[in-house]
Amino acid sequence: MPDPANASNPLADIAAEPGVAKPDPILVVDAVRRSFGGLKAVDVDHLEIQRGCITALIGPNGAGKTTFFNLMTGFDRADHGTWTFNGHNLSRAPAHRVARLGMVRTFQLTKALTRLTCIENMKLGAIGQRGERLLSALIPRVWKDQERAIEVRAEALLRRFRMEHMRNELGGTLSGGQRKLLEMARALMADPSLVMLDEPMAGVNPALTQSLLEHIKALPRDGMTVMFVEHDMDVVMDISDWVVVMAQGRIIAEGTPDAVAKNPAVIDAYLGAAHGDESRFTPVTRDTAPTSAADDEQEA
Amino acid sequence: MGVDLLSALADGINAAVGPTAAVFALAAIGLNVHYGYTGLLNFGQVGFMLVGAYGLAISVSLWGVSFWAGIGVAILASVALALLLGLPTLRLRADYLAIATIAAAEILRFVLRSSPAVPYTGGQFGIPSHAGGPGFHQTFLALSPFSGDRYDIGLLTFTGSRLWAAIVGWSLVLLCLVLVWTLMRSPWGRVIKSIREDEDAARALGKNTFAYKMQALILGGVLGGIGGVVMALSQQAVSPDQFLPQLTFYAYAVLILGGAATVIGPLVGSLLFWFVLLSVESVLRQGAVVDSGAIGAIRLMLVGVVLVVLMAFRPQGIFGNKREMMLDA
Repeated sequence: MPDPANASNPLADIAAEPGVAKPDPILVVDAVRRSFGGLKAVDVDHLEIQRGCITALIGPNGAGKTTFFNLMTGFDRADHGTWTFNGHNLSRAPAHRVARLGMVRTFQLTKALTRLTCIENMKLGAIGQRGERLLSALIPRVWKDQERAIEVRAEALLRRFRMEHMRNELGGTLSGGQRKLLEMARALMADPSLVMLDEPMAGVNPALTQSLLEHIKALPRDGMTVMFVEHDMDVVMDISDWVVVMAQGRIIAEGTPDAVAKNPAVIDAYLGAAHGDESRFTPVTRDTAPTSAADDEQEA
Repeated sequence: MGVDLLSALADGINAAVGPTAAVFALAAIGLNVHYGYTGLLNFGQVGFMLVGAYGLAISVSLWGVSFWAGIGVAILASVALALLLGLPTLRLRADYLAIATIAAAEILRFVLRSSPAVPYTGGQFGIPSHAGGPGFHQTFLALSPFSGDRYDIGLLTFTGSRLWAAIVGWSLVLLCLVLVWTLMRSPWGRVIKSIREDEDAARALGKNTFAYKMQALILGGVLGGIGGVVMALSQQAVSPDQFLPQLTFYAYAVLILGGAATVIGPLVGSLLFWFVLLSVESVLRQGAVVDSGAIGAIRLMLVGVVLVVLMAFRPQGIFGNKREMMLDA
């Protein structure tokens, strides 16, 4: 039984080599470099992210994954290089402009706004609010209708993430996993076309992991593209259509999850060149994961 | 040694409802926008009060513009100071604004009182009420319906000019509170509060946080400037040494007493601050247990004690929300 996500994978026939062209890229990165002192944190020659797919960005600690995210989303300035998102050149764009154009990120350390309620957190996410302009804010008549529509959308998203019971709780009272859920739901309020998730599963208890995974898997169905950084290889193998591997700032491999898992360069990067047991990298199936049966068959 | 508690009470209330308490309520409302809602550390609110007061006094008494144009100059001067402080520092970490504001307020005071500035600012003696024909003070009094010398309201006694300044001052306080209340329950206020909680989260959601912080700095600065205008009007003259750095910290004390990030906090904080300050002073004077030179210091010590007790038992201030306060930001 093939995994339905992979059966329709438009990238199944793309060559698994770094910098390979994709049929319909939403993000195209060219010659992006960022160094901190003598350390080259990011040094990416070419990368394309396919629209409507889930792309995982993996790599050992210090590989430059988060720095790459920061560069793409305007939270850091590249020394050199260009990238276009949906046809917009974002090379010098500030973070807020990147988000308004539809590339919205979450953070490795969750940023739930502690002294705002969940519903306020959510409503903040909506882009293009009339009431966010100082002078219009003084005249509620200008923004009340829009505010009501935003609230309806926020409540629907909270329901979808099964957070509606926390509606009026302050962000600071949520558990770590709930904060991850809230942050992802809040990002969706911005109506993004590309969602960049930085370690969405970090610190989330296993019971919540599955529901979070289901939420991520559902995003392409709503027309969104997902790129995420993750260390948990089970998660990566489970939900991604394409995997990009970074090590020491460079992209050393990309391909479908299966292709990447078998790539010796990837195994080297994770285990060091002197590895003996290659099977250690092959994802171990967790018996708790209901979707792991599909993975099993693929591996077999 | 008899202490008349009723007259101490009257002295306290008299101060609490007077124009000076309104000045500090206005300064604290501005600080509330900065610190309470946006998380900006402005340690130079007195600088905004100074440019407000001098903006009015210089333009009306020395340049001879009309009173209302003078109010406009005061507001524009506050906006200009906010831009000057905000443009270089608001892209940096919060502490840079704190350093820049505390330094700028002192620099302004020293420049105004320097001898080369005498033709423009009156130097260390400032601008007295009789400067420039009618001057800003006489023009203000000409607008007053209270021409009498003495008005008794219950326990309290006002001169006509003090009553007029108090009414104008507290009306402005109420107006500014309504403004802040309206803004903080709007989507604009939501963005402002999100910046206080985590600026990067707001940026990641498409908010131009630099622009919002600048708007907040200008708004709170103008409120401080209006406080300075009321101060000039109630004290009838301006001089540089009315604007010592500790005024900023009195305004912080007012804000923290009442409760930061609450709309009504600065108003109640200011009432309480001046009530405690002057009723204690009254008791000390009547008791004559300390010499009069020490009274000024002792009354401030007591305000300090009140603050310490408040921080121990009610850290969120009188109106703050304890649950919110206890969340790690």
